[in-house]
Amino acid sequence: MWTWFYKLASPPYVYAAAAALAPWFLGLAAITVGYGLVDGLVYAPPDYQQGDAFRIIYVHAPSAWLSLFAYTSMALAGAIALVWRIKMGHAVAAASAPIGASFTVLALVTGSLWGRPMWGTYWAWDPRLTSELILLFLYVGVMSLRSAFEDPSRGDRAAALLGIVGLVNVPIIHYSVTWWNSLHQGATVAKLGKPPMPGSMLWPLLSMLLGFMLFYGAVLCMRLRGEVLNRERQAKWVREAIKS
Amino acid sequence: MRVGAFEAFGLVVRRELCLSFRRPDQLLQPLVFFLIVTTLFPLGLSLQLSLLRDMAPGVLWVAALLSSLLSLDSLFKSDADDGTLEQLALCGQGLTVIVVAKTFAHWLVTGAALVLVSPVVGTALGIPGAAFATMLLSLGLGTLTLSWLGAIGAGLTVGLKRGNVLLSLIVLPLAMPLLIFGAGATDRAISGTSAVGALYFLAALCVFTCTLAPFAATVALRITLE
Repeated sequence: MWTWFYKLASPPYVYAAAAALAPWFLGLAAITVGYGLVDGLVYAPPDYQQGDAFRIIYVHAPSAWLSLFAYTSMALAGAIALVWRIKMGHAVAAASAPIGASFTVLALVTGSLWGRPMWGTYWAWDPRLTSELILLFLYVGVMSLRSAFEDPSRGDRAAALLGIVGLVNVPIIHYSVTWWNSLHQGATVAKLGKPPMPGSMLWPLLSMLLGFMLFYGAVLCMRLRGEVLNRERQAKWVREAIKS
Repeated sequence: MRVGAFEAFGLVVRRELCLSFRRPDQLLQPLVFFLIVTTLFPLGLSLQLSLLRDMAPGVLWVAALLSSLLSLDSLFKSDADDGTLEQLALCGQGLTVIVVAKTFAHWLVTGAALVLVSPVVGTALGIPGAAFATMLLSLGLGTLTLSWLGAIGAGLTVGLKRGNVLLSLIVLPLAMPLLIFGAGATDRAISGTSAVGALYFLAALCVFTCTLAPFAATVALRITLE
């Protein structure tokens, strides 16, 4: 029953599996993002209050979601690697961090571009923007800690631990930042029951969300292959894999 | 000779305090830094006491965070450099007890000392006497929490040559809730409204980090020491 789990610890298997999965993720991401973009930017009705400017939500909300999702996967991969001493977990965490940081930057940039017409300013010290910014700092801390060590395995474990500590802190930071009164609009999608967003606007958003996650999976697979090759560059199978 | 965990805790705390008091200049430096930073703000902003009073909680808390961070670098460093830390790790006591003792002693000579100095700074910044109790309590809880967070960061960066900047980079984002609630509590006390909610939250954060951070710091030290 656990053999698939142990297989994940083997670098050649991970390398091959990532290569096999990447095109699927990429293809499905192209379909869902393509549908989401066309339906969201062209066919969805303009918002009664925000007009066409609301359409930036189709990029902003998925990247904000992905910034947290990537952080969580990074921390969990690091935790798995730390607890069960599976080196590939560190490779996944190392591959995931820059992607997550990029999504965080994307969420910040689209958020401030959205803020300009809506709030009249690019940057407001709004709770969600601020906690997103702190999340970016956490990413930077984890990435610089990993590269600060001369011994890579030590850097891996240190970064994994910091990732876990950060994961515990993310909700605390988020809720303490929400202590201030919020400019940001309340949650639109994650309400149980009847969502306040009509289906014509919601479906493209959900499709974009799925598409961004698939895209993250695809990029993760690609980065993971590079990460595995770099880490295993002394191994025989790498030389054979590159020759063939 | 085998000693119990509490006895070991007491011995390490006593050793740390003894070492600190033999180098009083190192004891004073973070406090002087705290005073200097708080002096910078009136010079850079304005001499109007009313304006200063509005800024005071933030200034006080930012200065306290920065000066605690400065001294955090020395938490494990000198002991790791001369091998004492490895001996302590091998002495048969759990490393967690050592970490708890060292961090607590470190808080006594930096955080608690900073709390004692803060009324002077508070008066200079125009914080009314009625708000002092809240200010002292929030600073006490906040610096203790920060010492725990800092122990994790110091443990992670102890083996690095230039770990000081990285330490701040790691610890400051984690410490932001402290700033929000600490400065918030002081601000409320100054304006005369109840600061109980923010203080409770600070206390909760303090208990939370006191419970979990020692283990995280121990793991961090084990990663960098072995």
